[in-house]
Amino acid sequence: MGIPQFLVHNKKDTVGVVVIEGLKAGALMTGVNTANNSSLRLKSRMAIPIGHKIALTDIKTGDTVWKYGEDIGKAVADIGKGEHVHVHNLKTKRW
Amino acid sequence: MAKRNGKSNMRFMGWRRENGRVGVRNHVIILPLDDLSNAACEAVANNIKGTLAIPHAYGRLQFGEDLALHFRTLIGTGSNPNVAAVVVIGIEEGWTKRIVDGIKKTGKPVTGFGIELNGDIATVAKASRVAKDYLQWASELKREECDISDLWISTKCGESDTTTGLASCPTVGNMYDKLIPKGVYGVFGETSEITGAEHIAKARAISPEIGEKWMKTWQAYEDEVIQAHKTDDLQESQPTKGNIAGGLTTIEEKALGNLEKIGRKCRYIDVLEPAEAPAKGPGLYYMDTSSAAAECLTLMAAAGYVVHTFPTGQGNIVGNPILPVIKISGNPRTVRTMSEHIDLDVSGILRREMTIPDAGDALIEMILRTANGRLTANEALGHREFVLTKLYRSA
Repeated sequence: MGIPQFLVHNKKDTVGVVVIEGLKAGALMTGVNTANNSSLRLKSRMAIPIGHKIALTDIKTGDTVWKYGEDIGKAVADIGKGEHVHVHNLKTKRW
Repeated sequence: MAKRNGKSNMRFMGWRRENGRVGVRNHVIILPLDDLSNAACEAVANNIKGTLAIPHAYGRLQFGEDLALHFRTLIGTGSNPNVAAVVVIGIEEGWTKRIVDGIKKTGKPVTGFGIELNGDIATVAKASRVAKDYLQWASELKREECDISDLWISTKCGESDTTTGLASCPTVGNMYDKLIPKGVYGVFGETSEITGAEHIAKARAISPEIGEKWMKTWQAYEDEVIQAHKTDDLQESQPTKGNIAGGLTTIEEKALGNLEKIGRKCRYIDVLEPAEAPAKGPGLYYMDTSSAAAECLTLMAAAGYVVHTFPTGQGNIVGNPILPVIKISGNPRTVRTMSEHIDLDVSGILRREMTIPDAGDALIEMILRTANGRLTANEALGHREFVLTKLYRSA
């Protein structure tokens, strides 16, 4: 396979990280789970900058969001599979 | 990796100091006790080319633990093996002598000058003569072949983004997994930045007792610094605006990426106070520090670390006057737009063209090149941020 468009840390994760510049909405993406080198397919629903997160599944308001196989906070809005996940829809459970 | 005569084949040419420690730089520093003495120190460094003044903002009317940290940091800076000799200048002789006496324990040349009853001009004249002697003496010190186990290697990341958790922090972690068993000293810190991953950090201690000691340190920072002073949810400070621009959303996410720096295998063997020198032998240590880059690096240099590994995502440009800082980035945009700040490009990890063990080996090679004298990006660009940690307001 060629260069992946997104990477995922852990099988349990509900978000991945976009690792290419210039990702457009509607792109058919190939990703890699770095824990076991398995590949994933995902369609982007919006343009997402490099380094930003993309939802691997539909996430409901109040759901815990998982990355590194760990809890990284809770969704504060419904997030559709393939959408951008960031400060507008994900908040810390701390401070 | 092959062994030779019981030692690794990873060798470098360093300066072995009077106390047996090995430095990778040979600075003669002009160290002010206090803010008032910066001008005289800078004048001496201007007179004697090749010496290095280290101005800073504090040193007056401090007391208690805050004063103890001030002395520990300045004495530690002068004692660092990257420093060959030291001229100390203070407004008065008493506290100046405390710094001199502290540094003198290493056996290296050090002389102090008080400005009161002399004035700047006479002080600068006397101090310049000593600085010139030290510089010429240091310039003839020979490097000798040393083993990589003579290195003390610190780490702290900055302007992190999601690529630091994927690439540059695991690169440092892989380096520690390979070098800690060879007998190097390591250190990581950034207490507030482990929030959200406390359970993981605690579990990486060598024993339950050290894990509890770590947890107490984290809890004290949380209670006494964060909760006592916060006015908002800390979004924009932890994570920072730069972190958020890079795609990091929450402190938990940032903390999990941060902890990738300690690899998969090594365990920390003790928890250090800020600027405290490690005393339990080779191994990985934790130091209670702020996550602000210049403060953290200043404390790690004062504890005696001689090479720093610094993963960055969005491009933190920090340096230190005496501690070479190796910048590692896995973000291809940062490597392209800020190339002059980056020493090691590991963006191939994101493209799956480079494995993390490959990147770890590349970092070890860059550490050895740096120890052999290659100037890091921060050194070439003149980044010499020296920032003292202040625990509370002065009297």
